[in-house]
Amino acid sequence: MEDPGKTEVVLLACGSFNPVTNMHLRLFELARDYMNGTGKYRVVKGIISPVGDAYKKKGLISAHHRVIMAELATKNSSWVEVDSWESLQKEWTETEKVLRHHQEKLEAGGCDRQQDSPVLERPGRKRKWAEQRSEVSQKKSLEPRTKGVPEVKLLCGADILESFGVPNLWKSEDIAKIVGVYGLVCVTRVGNDAQKFIYESDVLWKHRANIHLVNEWITNDISSTKIRRALRRGQSIRYLVPDLVGEYIEKHSLYSSESEERNVGVVLAPLQRNTADTNSNPTV
Amino acid sequence: MKSRIPVVLLACGSFNPITNMHLRLFEVARDHLHQTGMYQVIGGIISPVNDNYKKKDLAAAHHRVAMVQLALQMSDWIRVDTWECEQAQWMETVKVLRHHHHQLLRSLSPEEGPDQGTAVSPAPAAAPELKFLCGADVLKTFQTPNLWKDEHIQEIVEKFGLVCVGRAGHDPKAYIMGSPILRRYQHNIHLVREPVQNEISATYIRSALGQGQSVKYLLPDAVIAYIKNHNLYSRDSPQKGNGTRNSGAETGQGGPATAPLSSP
Repeated sequence: MEDPGKTEVVLLACGSFNPVTNMHLRLFELARDYMNGTGKYRVVKGIISPVGDAYKKKGLISAHHRVIMAELATKNSSWVEVDSWESLQKEWTETEKVLRHHQEKLEAGGCDRQQDSPVLERPGRKRKWAEQRSEVSQKKSLEPRTKGVPEVKLLCGADILESFGVPNLWKSEDIAKIVGVYGLVCVTRVGNDAQKFIYESDVLWKHRANIHLVNEWITNDISSTKIRRALRRGQSIRYLVPDLVGEYIEKHSLYSSESEERNVGVVLAPLQRNTADTNSNPTV
Repeated sequence: MKSRIPVVLLACGSFNPITNMHLRLFEVARDHLHQTGMYQVIGGIISPVNDNYKKKDLAAAHHRVAMVQLALQMSDWIRVDTWECEQAQWMETVKVLRHHHHQLLRSLSPEEGPDQGTAVSPAPAAAPELKFLCGADVLKTFQTPNLWKDEHIQEIVEKFGLVCVGRAGHDPKAYIMGSPILRRYQHNIHLVREPVQNEISATYIRSALGQGQSVKYLLPDAVIAYIKNHNLYSRDSPQKGNGTRNSGAETGQGGPATAPLSSP
């Protein structure tokens, strides 16, 4: 509110965070610097939203651990926090719904300052609250947002942007809503094809003003897959994940050949749902 | 059971400032040497270069040393050593290696008269080795004319040995094959693949800091806090930078304002 000329933004990152790495945390830093640097936005908060177990991704360990690791990783951040709403849903929740949930939460919480930060404490209560919420304001989300409420934008790496092209992974109406209603902040490597990808998609092109491409100038190839592989091989992951996360992984022996076998042969929840819906091909 | 050769890894450089990538060099090198089954890494040493190296934008050695110390607070096997930066002048890497090798032999050999009583003591463990740890970029500089003396390169690879961690855009194998000395002693050069490319150059860090951009998660929080507190690397930092904070960089670092500088 300090600067009326600027739009306040909340950056929401959805993903497995299996485990969270320094690369995930860098995405937030790069995106905030970029958005603030445009002079039009002021990033007020970042949210990490680990996906629920029902996502059924190979090697996905329990959300309980993934949420705690993300909390440990953001302990020393003054502006990024973890929200477990998505991870507590019984069924896999589309990213568009997660965005909507957080936008509505901001709209509702603007006045009464709902303080529900340590999300792990009372999961039952929180879930109920969230369900009520989504019924009340179903229709509001497509209308222009009230001034003064920050805008939730989806923060992602180029891999997510490009996954929009994977058949049945995303519903095309969800993609349209994500870029049309909310907006995307996408961190890409220099020389990446993100621009071309947007150009070649009608819906992304239409909403290109709402897609912010942030250049990442130094190669940061830390992926959770590589972290898990190093752990299986007994190699150090030090300085690739925050120290507290490394300690937690070690203490609970979270990643092994066995954990990597979880959900093997199971179809990823979005593919299952979207294929069942025979929702025609959501080519972007 | 065959005994493994104890190894200490020594990294030389500006460390201006130290980044997570420097710290990773040690971790991947140690994993690699252990996986050969031949070596036991017993320590790591970071030796920041002397101020008289006169590199552009080089922060004072006491700052660079303090930052390395902060970065190593949580490491139980790597330490900083100030011998190199305390010398009256810049010195060649090979001399730094000689010094630390000497220290290493002295610290591990029994006090007084090593020959006495060895007959009854258990079989002598393998002699400890000091190896020069570097990134592939350093291997490349061996080719730069007039930067290194040939006899020094030879001594490094012949007497000590090299552990070289790959970096994007570098072909260490080709550097070895392109140099007769390196080729001759290639059995003493360990090429290590970094499975996770993470190119954090100190140059990038300095320019990001100069522009007031976040460098969080690229180097330890405690180092970032130190840089902020001492106003290092800001656009106007050399001397006159009192009070001028980078505008807009209000990142709340959790680190302590002044951390203890004693090394473990």
